[in-house]
This record gives sequence, C-alpha cells and structure tokens, in this order.
Amino acid sequence: MANQIPLVDYLVLGDRPHLVAKECTSCGARYFDRRNACASCGRTEFTSVDIATEGEVRAFTIVAFAAPGIPTPYVAAMVDCGGTSVRANLINVPPDPEHVSLGMQVRLATEVVGTDDEGTEAIGFGFEPKEG
Amino acid sequence: MASDDLWILGIHMTKFGKHPDKDMVDLASEAVLGALADGGVAMSDMGVIAAGSLMAASAGIGQQLQKQLGQTGVPVYNVANACATGATALRVAMMAIKAGEADMGLAFGVEKLAGAGLLTGGSRKDDSGTFTPSGRYGAVAPVDGRIGTEIMPGVFAQIGMEYGHRYGGTSFELFARISEKNHAHSTLNPLAAYSKKMSLEEIMGDFMVAYPNTRPMCSANCDGAAAAVVISGAKLRTLSLEQQRRAVKISASVLTTDPWEESCQILPDVNTLTRNAATMAYEQAGVGPSDLDLVELHDCFATAELVHYDNLMLCEQGGAVDFFNSGATWRDGTMPVNVSGGLESKGHPIGATGIANVWEVSTHLRGEAGPRQIEGAKIGMTHVIGLGSACGVHILEKSAG
Repeated sequence: MANQIPLVDYLVLGDRPHLVAKECTSCGARYFDRRNACASCGRTEFTSVDIATEGEVRAFTIVAFAAPGIPTPYVAAMVDCGGTSVRANLINVPPDPEHVSLGMQVRLATEVVGTDDEGTEAIGFGFEPKEG
Repeated sequence: MASDDLWILGIHMTKFGKHPDKDMVDLASEAVLGALADGGVAMSDMGVIAAGSLMAASAGIGQQLQKQLGQTGVPVYNVANACATGATALRVAMMAIKAGEADMGLAFGVEKLAGAGLLTGGSRKDDSGTFTPSGRYGAVAPVDGRIGTEIMPGVFAQIGMEYGHRYGGTSFELFARISEKNHAHSTLNPLAAYSKKMSLEEIMGDFMVAYPNTRPMCSANCDGAAAAVVISGAKLRTLSLEQQRRAVKISASVLTTDPWEESCQILPDVNTLTRNAATMAYEQAGVGPSDLDLVELHDCFATAELVHYDNLMLCEQGGAVDFFNSGATWRDGTMPVNVSGGLESKGHPIGATGIANVWEVSTHLRGEAGPRQIEGAKIGMTHVIGLGSACGVHILEKSAG
C-alpha cells in the first residue's frame, strides 16, 4: 500500500478516519486551523476533540464554474456534525439538485486526491449520503 | 440643522460599465469633479480626502487623484475594506469632520473590474514534488474545490441556502425571481452597466455559476466611480439656501465586523453583523424600518438579497420569503429595494459601490431621480457587505429646507 498523508492536518486517517478540532478550554469554541488565540473569548488554551463523523447538510452549492484546473461540477457544503459546523464537499453523489438536498443526512468518507513524485497519496475527505 | 449633524453636500457617480479608454484616475476624477460641482465647492474647500479602492488603495489612488485635480496638501486616507470599501471611505471622511479636523471632506471610490471574472478561488496545477503540509490547515495541496468552495458565487449561494434550511420556502426559482426584479428595475437606470429586462426563463436558463446562482444572478464586474462631499451642519449653514435645500442628511452611519458565531469560520456569517449594523443605525437615526421609503442593499448575488431583507429587519425574522413573494420589494411595493437595479444589473465596481448606493438614495430624496423616482421619498437606507467581513449601513434623510 502506498504511503498516505492527509490533505489537511485536521483529518486523522487510519481504521476510523475522522476530523479533529481545537476546542477552547475556556468557552468551548472549536476551530480547524492553527490558532493564536480564541476568536470568541481571547484565551489561548486549547484541547483536541474528535468531531462526529455523521451530520446534516445545512447549506450547499453546486459549483459549475471555478478557477483553472479545478474539476467541475462539485458540491460544496456546510455540514452540521453534532453541533460543530464543517466545510466539505459532498461526494459519492451526483452533483445535481435532484440528488443533493438541504437537511440531507451524510457521513464522512475519504478519497485519494493526488499523488506526489515519491508515490505518496494525499487523502482528502468529504461527506456522502447515509444509506437507507 | 444641528451643528454636529453631517450632510452630503454634493454627490456623483459615473456610468457603470466598460470604460476601456479611461483609467482609474480618469474615472475617479469624473466622479469627484461631478460631486464638487453638484455641491458648488472646489478641491480647495476639502479638508480631508478618503480614497476607496480595493485594487488601488495601496498604490495611493488618493494622491494620484490629487496630482490631477489639486495638490492641496490635506490629509489623504487610502482605504480598502473588501466590498465595504466605498462605505468605509465615506465614514473616514465623516469621522474626520466629527473629530473636528475638517468641516468639509471628500470621499470617493473607484474600481476597474470589467472582464475580471472570479475574484477569489485558487487555481490548481498538477501535483508535483513532495507533499509537505503548509499553512494554517497543514494542507499538502490546494483545498479550493476539494474542501468546499472559496468562490464568492458559491459562498453566497450557501448563505441563501442556509436561510432556506432554517426557515424553508426557498427554491432556485425564488432566488431567480429576486434577480428578475432587479433586472426589471435597471431598465429605468441609464447609469447601470446592464439595463436589459430579463425574463424568469432567461435568468434560470442562463449559464450556471454556482447553483442556485446563474450569471445574471451574480453582481456584474465593471468599471466605475462615485464620490461625495461631506459637510458639517455648522458649515452648511454658512452656504446658500439652495445648497442647504439640496443637502442630504446623514442620519446614521455605522460600520461593523462579524462577531464570533459557531459556524462563522466555516461559512462567513453575513447576518449577525448586518443585523447589528441595522440595529445601531435605526437607533442613531431615531427611525424604524417602516419609516424607510427605499433601500439599496448589497445584492452581490440574488441569494444574498433575500437574507438581508431579514437582517435589515425589513420583514419579520424568518419571513423574507413571504415578504418578497408579497411584492413588497418591487419599485411599486411597500418597501422598494434596489430600484437602481442593484449590483446584479447596475454593476459592482467594488470601491465605488458603497458611495454609489448613497448617490442613488440621495437622488431620490432630492426628487431628482427622473423616471425611476420613488415619489415622496424622505428616508432611505444603504447597505454594503464586504466579505471577511465588514458591513456599512447609512440612513439618509431629505433636507427639511
């Protein structure tokens, strides 16, 4: 199996891929980026928390026109994962309004998004429709 | 007029659209000379200049203008604040007057964006080298299009869809009908970049950019400039009765940024800061939404106009769909919104937008809007959003004189 690396550092690979957030120990605000301080309360201490891998689509768009090199169409969305909002694409679903809907129940899925010169695969994530 | 009131003495906008033969200084000069002539004053009367341009603020567009129109030595503030750049420039001139540093000031905004295409979103090349995490997300490759979207039509599409998820009632057709209204309004505006009526079928059948926003549902990149002369009430009283009669009172001027909300770093929250700005503006002006005769709000996309009906409290919370469906926001409705044609048809030369909307409302308050005049207009509101985010709201009132 090829070496793998997550597309972003807040994606944890392995048997049970999931996202991790930095949670402010003071006010509970959650972030996915490197932090200087909490934008909600200003404190500087964070703890790492696992994000639910299932959620609900709160907003989406189907991007048909993008910058050069970006394949279209694709579905961009905001997914509510147990109270934490996550930005992601919706994947493994036809990118049209008949198959994507507000309130749709989805779960985290991973996919290979690229391979570098050394054969390492970059693994990205998205959300796919929950079955049933 | 109270001494500490602030007034628009003169104001002007260029035609928005394609100006291949004019550079930014030409466009800004046309707007500024127009505003000075409108107010019956000269560059030598200006005690402060605020120059707004997203693309040219760092190049000193204010001083470039002075080199053509008058190097008077007064302070120039070059301002960039995303799509709120024009409103921010206006406020900078106002704050200088409020602070007592000047009794008259000039604010202008200018941009050349015709044919600019998407203004955000990263391009992507084939992967090469060795994957190495970098940046605040430790990304090994570009994420636009892989983890959601960075393009504005897609971001604002989600903002409209999120409103639909929360309150229900939205659809592709509903958003397209908002665009249909603004394109219909634009037919009466000779300064609009596009002034062609478009049917619902034409709008929905046009090129899809980011569902549900088709091309005519997106703000039009174009060239243009707008300028305003701001004056203190005390100084205005020393001018002619005709100047006092045509002056427009700035009853409220507010600028806010986005306060932290749970999802605001996932999908920009354009709602809370607009609601905050509107609340403060109504309080400053001592008026309520029902007192407004017309509103120019930031319809950078059709999906955005809907949420701002709610954010500006033009309707009940959660009631924007019913409010629009009632016909209220058409020019013959109870709350005309974007009678200029809005950013979707008038165009959106970013730095100019937050002054051009003040020109539009001022022109109605003066009763000088010609065939698109909202009869008897006495109070109006302007609103802009710059993503990142900044929100500018102004409430303007007709002179009592």
